[in-house]
Amino acid sequence: MFLINCPFCGEREQSEFKAGGEAHIVRPKQPTELSDDEWAEYLFMRKNIKGVQYERWNHIHGCRKWFNIVRDTSNDEIKAVYKMGEKPPI
Amino acid sequence: MKKKLRVKRSKHIDETYKISFKFNGKLYYGFKGDTLASALLANDIHLVGRSFKYHRPRGIMTAGSEEPNAIVQLHKISPWTEPNVRATEVEIYEGLEASSQNCWPSVNFDIGGINNFLSPLLPAGFYYKTFMWPASFWEKYEYFIRKSAGLGKSPTKPDPDIYEHRYIHCDVLVIGAGISGIISAKTAAKNGFKTLLVDEKPYLGGSTIYQNSEYFKINNQNSGSWLEKEINEIKKIENLEIKTRTSVAAYHGYNYLLARENLTDYLPIERRKNKTRHKLLKIRAKKVITATGSIERPLIFNNNDRPGILLSSAIKKYADLFGVACGEKNILFTNNDSAYETAISLIQKGINVEAIVDNREEVDSKLIYEVEKNNVKIFKGHTIINTYGYRRINKISIMQLSKDGQNVIGSKIDLLCDCLGISGGWTPAVHLFTQSGGKLKFRDEDQVFIPNVYPSDQISVGACNGDLTLNSILMNVPKSLKDFLNIKDKDNVYENFDVLSSYNNFKRNIWLLPSDKVLGKTKSFVDYQNDATAKDIKLALREGFKSIEHVKRYTTTGMGTDQGKLGNMHALGIIAETSEVKMGELGTTTFRPPYTPLTFGTIVGRNVGEYFDAYRKTPIHEWHVKNSAKFENVGQWKRAWYYPKNNENMFQAVQRESKAARESAGILDASTLGKIDIQGTDASEFLNRVYTNAWSKLQIGKCRYGLMLNEDGMVYDDGVTTRLGENHYLMTTTTGGAANVLGKLEDYLQTEWPELDVYLTSVTDHFATISVCGPNSKKIISGIFPGLDLSDKNFPHMSFKKTKIGKIHCRIMRISFTGEQSYEINVQANFGKSVWEKCMEVGKNYNITPYGTETMHLLRAEKGFIIIGQDTDGTITPIDLQMDWIVSKKKYDFIGKRSLYRSDTIRGDRKQLVGLLTDNPNEILEEGAQIVADINKSPIEMLGHVTSSYFSPNLKKSIALGVVKGGKNMLGQKLIIPMENKKINVTITDPVFLDKENKRLNA
Repeated sequence: MFLINCPFCGEREQSEFKAGGEAHIVRPKQPTELSDDEWAEYLFMRKNIKGVQYERWNHIHGCRKWFNIVRDTSNDEIKAVYKMGEKPPI
Repeated sequence: MKKKLRVKRSKHIDETYKISFKFNGKLYYGFKGDTLASALLANDIHLVGRSFKYHRPRGIMTAGSEEPNAIVQLHKISPWTEPNVRATEVEIYEGLEASSQNCWPSVNFDIGGINNFLSPLLPAGFYYKTFMWPASFWEKYEYFIRKSAGLGKSPTKPDPDIYEHRYIHCDVLVIGAGISGIISAKTAAKNGFKTLLVDEKPYLGGSTIYQNSEYFKINNQNSGSWLEKEINEIKKIENLEIKTRTSVAAYHGYNYLLARENLTDYLPIERRKNKTRHKLLKIRAKKVITATGSIERPLIFNNNDRPGILLSSAIKKYADLFGVACGEKNILFTNNDSAYETAISLIQKGINVEAIVDNREEVDSKLIYEVEKNNVKIFKGHTIINTYGYRRINKISIMQLSKDGQNVIGSKIDLLCDCLGISGGWTPAVHLFTQSGGKLKFRDEDQVFIPNVYPSDQISVGACNGDLTLNSILMNVPKSLKDFLNIKDKDNVYENFDVLSSYNNFKRNIWLLPSDKVLGKTKSFVDYQNDATAKDIKLALREGFKSIEHVKRYTTTGMGTDQGKLGNMHALGIIAETSEVKMGELGTTTFRPPYTPLTFGTIVGRNVGEYFDAYRKTPIHEWHVKNSAKFENVGQWKRAWYYPKNNENMFQAVQRESKAARESAGILDASTLGKIDIQGTDASEFLNRVYTNAWSKLQIGKCRYGLMLNEDGMVYDDGVTTRLGENHYLMTTTTGGAANVLGKLEDYLQTEWPELDVYLTSVTDHFATISVCGPNSKKIISGIFPGLDLSDKNFPHMSFKKTKIGKIHCRIMRISFTGEQSYEINVQANFGKSVWEKCMEVGKNYNITPYGTETMHLLRAEKGFIIIGQDTDGTITPIDLQMDWIVSKKKYDFIGKRSLYRSDTIRGDRKQLVGLLTDNPNEILEEGAQIVADINKSPIEMLGHVTSSYFSPNLKKSIALGVVKGGKNMLGQKLIIPMENKKINVTITDPVFLDKENKRLNA
């Protein structure tokens, strides 16, 4: 169980959070303009990296805010935490 | 007849305090301070169990948590019974009853022992190879295999003990209170760190505390006495918490550790009442110092498993700590100096040591001189080639080792003995370190794995870090601590030590010792508990297994309750040697938590019985209880299921309730429905985006049903949303989906559409919701709210009014999930019960009938209304549900819209919702039953399944909903539902069975 430094509440146990998958996948503004393949790319395709990965997390049993983290999935080291809409610091 | 095995008094044993206990039904005595193992040895009992596969007699092998053999069942036929307990860890108490496991009828005479003679027929992988064919016979084999498997018997009665969980936060956690741990704890605490020191044993000081030999001195004191003073000192330090009988089970990432504190297991049972038995400590430490010491290695030679064969260090511990001699004619077998330490301890206590058999040709240290002086015969360059004695060792044969150590030469010498101590050197206990994600490196000079890369803020010190002599511990531990804790010179706790240690770390490592017989004729046990031999490992390699993880599983090496704490290194060594790979490249198998087994009670803690999970009750719950409702669990909610009257069964109660609701009036507690208050200037736009239908034109005071999809186009949730004001809506969700829907909406608002001015508040618990339905519902509502205009013109279906009963504010929605005219009263939760009672009172004249979830399901099925999660399963689109009418064609976008015309979602042969009528109107289908067209086709093509099925008392026939491939275009077609003993013929119909024209809504 790792510790996550919620950008709004500070450091808390992982059990207070919910993982939300890969970050920076933006919902297309005009889905109707997309081909089946393009839409499927948005809908289904995820990188699932072994190593440094950008992820969405939600402090679901706390402030309920969504934010992003940069995590090394091979050892769970969290390299950065940043708010939604912010540029990844690394 | 009784041998004098309790030797020179030990200060750790209170010989004035006699304790009686039973082993295999017979009464014995021990003293306070004894473990079950030491007390048995003092009574000359070595044979305590039978091995897992061959049922070979096995004895006590170690003196600690690494014990593979001496595992017993405590209190066989009592609620306090516990299987697979290590006798070496059980502290005896008055009334203790222990018995041997895995033997029948008794440990001395065990029928299963025949397996030992059949062993040539039982090689590694025996079960995999033998019971594969024919496949259909597995069920028959399984019965016998299961019967012969297993060690102890699991308890059958509820656990009478109390368990707790506790969170601990500390600056420094020190694991292990041997000499390295004590030095670490003192250094950390004295430098101001809030420190926690834990050790699995009941005493502090590890193996040094009973080291009182003249040959091991610290600052001119015997090392044991020196350490005792240190312990007395650290006990006074305020910011140091010390916990004994506390074993760390798991070391997770981010320095999160689980430890079990054992609080009552050493007490007589009658003194355990109302006390917590175990505490599971959830420790979050800023820094961790692992000082878990090392475990002595056995030696792998022919018949190395007889009762009376112990680790040399265990024999020393039994003598020094418990004052017990394990035998009267002791022989030690070693490849390093530590057996000589044992010999000296034994000699000091007047215990006879016959001989030392040493693998090494060249041996030189002061210890050896001392031993030889005492007339102990030393056989250098020799190995044991065989041992004798069935229930207790009585003789060994030794021969000289060849130069390369792979063969024996010369002539055989027989030596008599009743106890054999073996020492193959020491293995650093790196289990916790690797659990934390640490990477090991192999040290070639003494063939050990030691910590290399630390994944978190931690350090391993002492023997577990490869410092295997007193000298190197005292030289290296303080230095490492200084760096690890950033201690300035002036704050140093320990100055340089003056150490005298006669121990030499040189060993002659031979993983598998040769015998005069070929390997195939020997039994050299590597894993004692699982009966895996060197032969088995070599067989696995010959059969092509290469990865150590595969060899482990195929031979079951290291898979017992001891997880191979003794023999794993030898297994690796034999694999490396045989396949000519370097140990460092081979790596180790994965050490997994728990380090020693935990009981389920410890893991579960207080979350048992009614505390297993949190449950939620509606504000009207007590009324349901009083009126004999049966409840069902919906998510965490307890919902009234049905209300049986006069011994009705469920079917009868539901039939009565359903009829009453359609004929006069029914009342349902709908408080569990999720309610989300939505406000903000963009609230309408928001609803447009999350529901499939359009919301902008909904008038204030009106309600609308909405369907919510996932982005993949599959139905996610549904419910009625009411427009309370220009920028104010109240959304209802399904009971089970409430939390997830709120989460999903928040996700979109925060991440995709942060520009929208919308605020969401969960108000599920703030309101009680009472639904009154049926042809007489209007009369009842007007009786409760006399001033309210209920005319269809002023208060039509799908509209909303605010009103009051006395001072109680009410929101009334005229909405229907049953197809009947129906009103939902929402009131502040704490008035819920009184308003419900008011409804019951006013409705009395109309036979108002409370109904539960089962009747609700039946009534809606009659109308063909779906239940999310019952008629849908995450693979169903609104089009599949034949609900095209609710999907807006005009809206540019909503969640899931694009997915509704992907190539997969527009397929004509998708499973679609249909009604099903049985040919026999009294036949009720089983929910989940498969639907097929052609029963003779092989394999039978599954077209779909039944999702909802009831007997409708209003239609007087069985009705069902189901999903069928291409079902939309199959109206009127006959299909088959094959059941175990019969086939049921059904016809596909429209899913709406009753009142298709919605006449009843406005009747």
